[in-house]
This record gives sequence, C-alpha cells and structure tokens, in this order.
Amino acid sequence: MNNKNWIDQRFPLTKVWNEHLAEYYAPRNFNFWYFFGSLAILMLVMQLITGIFLTMHYKADTLNAFASVEHIMRDVNWGWLIRYMHSTGASAFFIVIYLHMYRGLLYGSYKAPRELIWILGMVLYIALMAEAFMGYVLPWGQMSYWGAQVIISLFGSVPIVGTDLLIWILGDYAVGDPALNRFFSLHVIALPLILVVLVFLHIVALHTVGSNNPDGIEIKENKDKNGIPKDGIPFHPYYTVKDIVAVVVFLMLFCAVLFYAPALNGYFLEAANFVEANPLKTPEHIAPLWYLTPFYTILRAIPPILGSQFPGVVAMFSALLILVALPWLDRSKVKSIRYRPWIYKFSLGVFATSFVVLGWLGMQPVISPEWYVSFMGMIGMKANTALYLILARLFTVLYFGFFILMPIFTSIGKNKQVPDRLVE
Amino acid sequence: MNKFINTIAPILILLVSFNGFASSNLDLDSANTDITNKKSLQNGAKLFMNYCSGCHSLEFVRYIKFTEDLGIPKEYVVENLIFNGEKTGDLITSAMPPDGATRWFGGVPPDLSLVARYKGTDWIYTYLRGFYPDDSRPFGVNNRVFKNVSMPDILWELKRSNTEEDFNAYVRDIVNFLDYVGEPAKLVRPAIGTKVLGFLLVLLMLTMLVKREYWKDVKYGKWRAKS
Repeated sequence: MNNKNWIDQRFPLTKVWNEHLAEYYAPRNFNFWYFFGSLAILMLVMQLITGIFLTMHYKADTLNAFASVEHIMRDVNWGWLIRYMHSTGASAFFIVIYLHMYRGLLYGSYKAPRELIWILGMVLYIALMAEAFMGYVLPWGQMSYWGAQVIISLFGSVPIVGTDLLIWILGDYAVGDPALNRFFSLHVIALPLILVVLVFLHIVALHTVGSNNPDGIEIKENKDKNGIPKDGIPFHPYYTVKDIVAVVVFLMLFCAVLFYAPALNGYFLEAANFVEANPLKTPEHIAPLWYLTPFYTILRAIPPILGSQFPGVVAMFSALLILVALPWLDRSKVKSIRYRPWIYKFSLGVFATSFVVLGWLGMQPVISPEWYVSFMGMIGMKANTALYLILARLFTVLYFGFFILMPIFTSIGKNKQVPDRLVE
Repeated sequence: MNKFINTIAPILILLVSFNGFASSNLDLDSANTDITNKKSLQNGAKLFMNYCSGCHSLEFVRYIKFTEDLGIPKEYVVENLIFNGEKTGDLITSAMPPDGATRWFGGVPPDLSLVARYKGTDWIYTYLRGFYPDDSRPFGVNNRVFKNVSMPDILWELKRSNTEEDFNAYVRDIVNFLDYVGEPAKLVRPAIGTKVLGFLLVLLMLTMLVKREYWKDVKYGKWRAKS
C-alpha cells in the first residue's frame, strides 16, 4: 500500500489503471466479433517479440539474406519456431484485422462519435500493409524479389516524376541491395514504431468516447446516480477474463497451423519463395500474399490509358482510401445492422463477397483456366480468354459501388425501432 | 446475351468447384513418404550421398545435423558418406567444379537443400522414375516431367538390378530424405504441436471456469453490489 502511494505521488498508476481497465465501463453485451481488438494487440506483441529474435540472426544483404533465413530455420536453436511464429503471425494478424474491421461495418462503429477511431484504424491498416509488404521482401526469395519489383514499379507510373520517384525509393535502378537494406530498416524500426504509436492513439480515442456494441446503443446516455452507465460493466475483470478465453481458443487455431501446416498449402508461405531471388529468371506467376490480393486485383482490372498503368494505381489506392470516408458516406440514423433495413444487409453482403472474390482472383493467373474453356466447349460456346479479367472488373465495380451508392441506400428503407437500453 | 452467359456461368462454376481444379499441369505419382520412418531416412541419406552428392550440394545442411537427427553413427558417416574430405561440421558441398559442370552438363547442377519445398515430394518421386530412352539427347535419355533435362539417368543401374517395387522404394527413401532436408524441423514439429495443443486445452478449461465464475455477477447490476 505504501509502495502504491509512493508511485502514485510520482506517476498516475492507479488513475491510469482505473481509467482504462478497472473503471472503464464497456457495454455488457459484447459478442464474438468483439474479441478481435485484443487479439490484434496480442498479434502485434507476438510479431514484435519474434521479430526481435529474428533480427538477431538475419542478414540484410542480398548475398546473405536467403542463407541467413535458412540458417535460422536449421542451425539456430528453436529458430524454426520463431520464424514460423512470425510468418504465420503475419497472416493471422491480417485475419484478425479484417474481422475487426468487418465488426465495425456490422455495428456501425465508425459512425459519430467514433470517426477518429475509425480513421486512426485505417491509417493503422495501411501502415500494417506496408509493414507486411516490406517484411515479405526480407527472406529474398523469388516471390520477395519479383513481388517487390511489381509493387515498387507502380510508383514509376506516376506522371512526370515517376522515374525519379522510383529511383529515389529504390536507391538504385532496380530492386537490389539498397532497397533490401532500407526495407529492413523500415520493417524493423520505422513502421513498428508508427504502429505502436497509432495503436496507443486508437485506444485513447476509443476510451474517450467509449466502446460501441452489437446494438449500436450509446450506453453513456443512461447513467445511474454515480455516473456509471447502467448497461456497462468494468473492463477489468469481466472482459479481461473473457478475452483470455478467446486468446486461448485463438492460440489453439494458430498453433494448429504453426505446428502442422506452417506454409498452409502456399497461402502463408509461397513455395516459389524457397528459391533464392534471381533477377534473370521471372517466375511463371507472380502474386502477393493473400492479404494484399484484393487490391492487387483492382490494380490489374483497370486497363492502361495512353500506355500508362497510372489509372490502375489510382484505383488501387482509392480502394483503400475510400474506406476513410465511410463515416460520412453512411447517412443512416441507426448504427447496428440489427436495426437496419434489408437493403443495407444486402449491400454489405455484396461488398463482403466482392472483397473475398477480388482476393481470390488476385491469386490466379490472368489467363482463363482450362476447366472453364473445356466447360464452355462442352455447352457449345466460345470461351472468353480473359475470363478472370472480366470478373475482376465486375467485382471492382461492386466494391466501389458499395461506397458510392452508400449515401443512397443508407437513406432509404425503414429502420427498426432501436430500444433505449441494451436488449437482455 | 452470349457475353452475359460468359460472365455468369463461370461465377457459378467458381462457387461450386472452388477447390476442384488444383492439379492442372500433369499427373504426378504420389510419393507416399513417411518422415517418421527413420530407416527410410537413413537409407535415403546413404543413397543420396552415393548417387547425388557428386554433383548436387546441400549448401544449407551440415553433415553433423543429419547424422544426429537421423541417428546415424558419426564414424559411419565419416568413413562411408563423406567423399571429399569435408569435416562433419561442414556444409554438404559437391566436389564438382562449377566450370567443369558447365562444360559437361551445360550448367551447374542445382542445390537440393530446398527442392522438396518448392517442387514437392511427388514431383521429385515422379521425376527420378521418369527417365526414358531418347537418342536425340546427349545422355540418350529424356524425362517425362522435366523435358530435355541435362541430368543423366543416374539411377539406371539401381533400376536395372532391382525389381520395380524395390526400385520405387529406393527412390521413395531418397525423396523422404530430401523432404527432411528441406525442413529438418519437420521431424519434431508435429510432436511438439500435440503437446502445445494439449497444454492449451487444459488452459482453455481453466480459463473458461474463471470466466464463468466472474460472469455470475454480471446478471445486470449485481456486480456493483459486490464492489
């Protein structure tokens, strides 16, 4: 007790503990979708810690990078475990983040007064994509090299300054040693710092306005005489003990992949990346890892204009940035999908489907697959050679349609009556 | 209308046969290797060192590593499996000079440390058994999965002096060894995973009990009376 006083006179330990845990009142009706915030923090910590140990043994040098990763996998004690935790962790992080974001869409968590939480989250998401992309270059396999080559060359398509921009980013005329070194620096120092700061801000903003919930009802509007929300319960101990159960379930799924199928059939670690980078040998099929493929498909879907890829690049970045505008595109008076009309449920379903299909298309080659050609032949029709391209364009239109039409479909239809208090 | 069907039909097929068209290239024979079979791995190591290591390196593997992992006596490896005077702590490098290799075969034979990871065990198994006579090639053989490969049919003697069944078993042992070499952790990974999952299962039950105990008083408002 004395120790506690001694610290509290010098640092607001008890105050911080109470504000953010013991007296932070969260709605008592959190469901499955509300686990992914704390799981995202778990993944961030896991990536930071395993990353520290990988950095001890990794060599950021085009001559040694590939061999140093194999050295970690073979000669370093438990190196394979640390490396698989990190590589499986990257994909798991994105699964968690995508579910976390989808929760926001389901229950309108981006709507006023939580716009800043959403925007900070979107910046986090973009920073995380940059972090993942640069991390994937480090093992210096064929996909590391050619993936980087494709993505970085996009900057070269910017009008007028493109070529200079490209050379500035790479520090060279092609992806090589200078690029590997700076990606390493950004991956282990700059971006992790940015991520940690943004997560801090994300949580501070959240704890200022309070958490949303599956009913989309503001619990702060119904307080008792002590000023405590009637439908709130202290985050600690109630949600800490509940989230720990979720952490254990999550770790079981995580470890099942980690120990029994760490490459997950090429989805988490691509087979072609076990061949060292070779600038003279282009792989048959270049695809980024699954978490970036929806945007890669949008890039490929847009035809070049006047021989320039720039419109595709603009479309790809717009697909990301348009998410930031969501709080203002949604005109509905109701937050949660539970009280929204069927047209919103339908539109969100179309959007989710288009995102998944775009992601799947991004892993496929551009040409039409054999099964489709033979099927069309079987029913006596001429097969279109650019089937996947047509699909990519269709689903790109649906993806953007969700945002562009949102002001319309969120103003029509009849909302259900939202109760004053959380439903029992 | 045609264009419409062209767009809609594939979406339907796509949804129905999401995973049905994975194997497109050619039919590979199933290698059916068993990484837990120590005897097969030991035999594979022996065959690899005798038939393959003359030309192919395992540049990420140390002799001592597979010696210990596969339970082969160190003396046996030193006396019978190291042909180029390397030490047991050394990486396994082929004795073939690169410029000689280019002159004899048209290129340096690839390192095989990770071949099982990027080609897959089925591919290697089919490839090694896939040589057939072809007089137009320098070594008089061609391969059904790797067209115009510059490697000779190095296992032909093994193939000739054994029944097909025995030969397949030998090849399977080599593939098994290469599978191990591609990822040595494979020997221990699943067993550790089972223990970890067992621990997590116990932890899950305990954490669920703790959660249930605490949430007994969340029945609206009751938690406040306690504090």
